[in-house]
Amino acid sequence: MREVKSTKSYKDKAIAAKAKPATLGEDIDLSTFAAEAEALPYQADPSRLSAKAKKQMLQAGVFLDDTKQRSGTYIQMDNMPVHYSSQQEGIEVMAISEALAKHDWLADYWWQAMAVDTDKYTAHVELSQSNGYFIRALAGQKTVYPVQACLYLAKAKLAQNVHNIIIAEENSELHIITGCTTASGDEPGLHLGVSEFYIKKGAKVTFTMIHNWNPEVAVRPRTGTIIEEDGLFLSNYVLMKPVRSMQMYPSANCVGENATVRYNSILLAPPGSHMDIGSRVLLNARGAKTEIISRALTTGGNIIARGYIEGNAPDVKGHLECRGLILQGEGTIHAIPELKGNLAGIDLSHEAAVGKIAEEEVEYLMARGLTRTEATATIVRGFLRVDIEGLPPELDAELKKAIEASEKELM
Amino acid sequence: MLDIKHLNVAVDGKEILRDVNLSIGTGETHALFGPNGSGKTTLLMAIMGFPRYQVTKGSITFKGKDITKLDVDERARLGIGISFQRPPVVRGVKTKDMIVAAMMGRGNEKTITELAERAYLTEFLDRDINYGFSGGEIKRAELMQLLAQKPELTLLDEPESGVDLVNIALIGELLNQLLEKDCPMRKRKCMGLIITHTGHILQYINARTGYVMLDGRIVCQGDPHEILTTIKEKGYEECARCVK
Repeated sequence: MREVKSTKSYKDKAIAAKAKPATLGEDIDLSTFAAEAEALPYQADPSRLSAKAKKQMLQAGVFLDDTKQRSGTYIQMDNMPVHYSSQQEGIEVMAISEALAKHDWLADYWWQAMAVDTDKYTAHVELSQSNGYFIRALAGQKTVYPVQACLYLAKAKLAQNVHNIIIAEENSELHIITGCTTASGDEPGLHLGVSEFYIKKGAKVTFTMIHNWNPEVAVRPRTGTIIEEDGLFLSNYVLMKPVRSMQMYPSANCVGENATVRYNSILLAPPGSHMDIGSRVLLNARGAKTEIISRALTTGGNIIARGYIEGNAPDVKGHLECRGLILQGEGTIHAIPELKGNLAGIDLSHEAAVGKIAEEEVEYLMARGLTRTEATATIVRGFLRVDIEGLPPELDAELKKAIEASEKELM
Repeated sequence: MLDIKHLNVAVDGKEILRDVNLSIGTGETHALFGPNGSGKTTLLMAIMGFPRYQVTKGSITFKGKDITKLDVDERARLGIGISFQRPPVVRGVKTKDMIVAAMMGRGNEKTITELAERAYLTEFLDRDINYGFSGGEIKRAELMQLLAQKPELTLLDEPESGVDLVNIALIGELLNQLLEKDCPMRKRKCMGLIITHTGHILQYINARTGYVMLDGRIVCQGDPHEILTTIKEKGYEECARCVK
């Protein structure tokens, strides 16, 4: 593995922020997690990874037996990139360490969409980074198939600290599916992932992230996105498997005119899961638009569903929709939608609703011949069905598959 | 046939219907009149079996089977269907999903398309059921689901309320398909019980018997057109006076 470049000032800032707690979420004691893991061999053919690992990855939307339907693949197990390849010219997929060595200019992107001293987790990633991925579409290039990436926790009690950079150059189009998962069904682990997205003028990025952790894993993703003029960022997040503690509040900054961001989140919290998840969009250029949609469902876990839209430029438009469904048990859903407008002529709105399934709706479906269980399942399926505009059919199918698999377990 | 005997129904512990007797023969459609709050909707809901409408006395027999204790879905599968006056919006559940449910395993994509064309709702198939629908669209969507279900007994709660004249004609046409108006009486199997305030819908369907419900009781039974004329001319006060 090549050495990751990092300037002294980032290191200094990280050292200063080493003990800085995050503003949200349970404080994770980083000292209880190991930093080192065994070196794993690189696999030129990803289908030769263990059947167990491949099965876990498949549940997170990453398939390795036939990668023809992917424009590129990146697999990291613990701290090691065990495979990366690009199947399409003009699309770069590699370990961030290699990318930094290959592209001198990449250092200019380092910590530009996210501050290194945001909290102790970003600081920890800077100080103990264990690689990450670099995905880039060259100007005008469009992915035929999605690029897939998987961050896999194989060793118990390990802290995986990755730093990813995604760049869509001018007028390019990049579709990415990222699956994060773990080998063990019950061993503790910590995943810290910094992701920086740079979406240039007229470029389009769809990013679909499926998480498949276990009830003992803590996760602290830290994501920042910068969208230039006429750029589009469409981010979909699915978390339907147990997780001990998950907190993230990705932030997108629309710096170019008519930049557009859409966030969709689908969350299911079983008993024991604690999720504090939101999306934040800053509309900083004329005509920028955003839509944040979240569906939160609890069967006993706790969900805080946040959303924040700030309008700082003329003719910007934003809408936030947060719907929560308490299916059974003692779960809590706390919806916190926030809007901030700083000048006249902006259009920001939100709607939030939290409740249980309305008996009237169940009976309506029963009057058409469905049993109570079938009626409830139909309503839950409908609740989780978010129609995502602009997603390529392959990714739409992957997303639906991940949701349907969890629905079956739920019922 | 449907046979209701000495039926008392309570809602939230309060008795609404008292000693209701009503019988609908195979192939017949009957009309139910009455002022607001007289118990008409309660009767329909009790026949369909919604849990909030508790039968405290009497029985409901359908096709020779006592259904008084059956659940809503069991009654639906036995052949009872209902068109709601104000059905709920179910976010995320598409109109198409409702048709698929109502078909109960029968039919296919082609059937769905044909039904939607008949109800002029093709562009509504992928929309959340009843979400943002106009009055006429809601009623047509209800009837489209019933056409998919093909019930032997159709319960209709004011199918013409909140609907303009063009839509009433359309709804009348759909109702006739549902109640097999074009089929000779002796071959007709479908039964209907229809609540109507205005009586407009009676221009489109053949109702054989009419009832007047006052204060939870059926107080009068006869030719539906005659009853309607009396109500229009003299109001329900005349019904109340007549009963005394």
